[in-house]
Amino acid sequence: MAQDGQEHPISTYLAVWILLFVLSACSYAVDYIGFQGITRWSLVILFMFLKAYFICAVFMHMVWERMALVLALFIPTFAIVVFVGIMGFESDYTQLGRKVFFDTGKPPTVYAVPHSNSHDEGQEEEDSH
Amino acid sequence: MATTSKLPLKDGLEGFTSDWSSDQRAFKGVPWGKAMMWIFLLSDTFIFSCFLISYMTARWSTVEPWPNTSEVFSLSVAGVSVPLLLIAIMTFILITSSGTMAMAVRSGYQKKRKQAAALLFLTGILGMSFVGMQAFEWTKLISEGIRPWENPFGARQFGSVFFMVTGFHGIHVSFGVIFLFLTARKVLRGDYDTGRRGFFTWQKGRYEIIETLGLYWHFVDLVWVFIFAFFYLW
Repeated sequence: MAQDGQEHPISTYLAVWILLFVLSACSYAVDYIGFQGITRWSLVILFMFLKAYFICAVFMHMVWERMALVLALFIPTFAIVVFVGIMGFESDYTQLGRKVFFDTGKPPTVYAVPHSNSHDEGQEEEDSH
Repeated sequence: MATTSKLPLKDGLEGFTSDWSSDQRAFKGVPWGKAMMWIFLLSDTFIFSCFLISYMTARWSTVEPWPNTSEVFSLSVAGVSVPLLLIAIMTFILITSSGTMAMAVRSGYQKKRKQAAALLFLTGILGMSFVGMQAFEWTKLISEGIRPWENPFGARQFGSVFFMVTGFHGIHVSFGVIFLFLTARKVLRGDYDTGRRGFFTWQKGRYEIIETLGLYWHFVDLVWVFIFAFFYLW
């Protein structure tokens, strides 16, 4: 395959296109409905990876490429997972340090509310994280 | 048994050059330009990963509250504030441009010159509208007081990460748009039918170039998927 480039039926592209629209709408709905906590994160991650998979697999023709190329591109990304793990530990430790050494004992800073000056109170109330 | 060679192996510096220049190919059946684009995209994956990981580190290590992105990026339509409206439109535009790009690749291989050029042009226009909306979003946030070094709605790191990550992605989209228009012009002129040489290279232009450009464009869409999930929805 692929000797003369990737050529696939238009219906495949259209199907994936519609699928990506649906998945984007789903991930947008997660925010619109206002899921919080573990439900929100797992749904966001799920739709994200599904979208990434379909873009890579069909639009970037990964499923039709030879395994030598696919693995050469896929295996190095595991280094990213390791890096995420390392920095996750690091940020936890940094936050602990900040709490221990920089806590002034004063009341917490009060921050502005987005769009509060433009006066529109139509937004739904949700106790944010 | 070790790798065999029909020719006697050379030693020293001569051996070094002959080993590396021997006619070995790992990526069979793939044009070299496409393989190189994939390697570039892999390196770009690492760059964007570093940005998103530094975002994670900044967000997890700050003791100040992170602003609620659902509120910060809301847009008020007819007096009602809709969360992430502009971002949702931008997402759909980028996906649509990915679809037209995929169809442009297909038209190119079918040697439908005008159709391919039109689809490439359309992809470029969609990309431009994406950058335009991003500029609008930046203007809005800057007017509300968000800066790379401060943020009135919570943790200061929010400003730095936002401008860095979306800015770097926007630069990628902008460069993609430039190359989309350049390629559309070349396709329309028939450069890939006549094998006219590009201005960078002695290689003759071929329709594979559209697929290589398509890989870059889909990658930009791919990165947006991750930014959308981690920065806007998290």
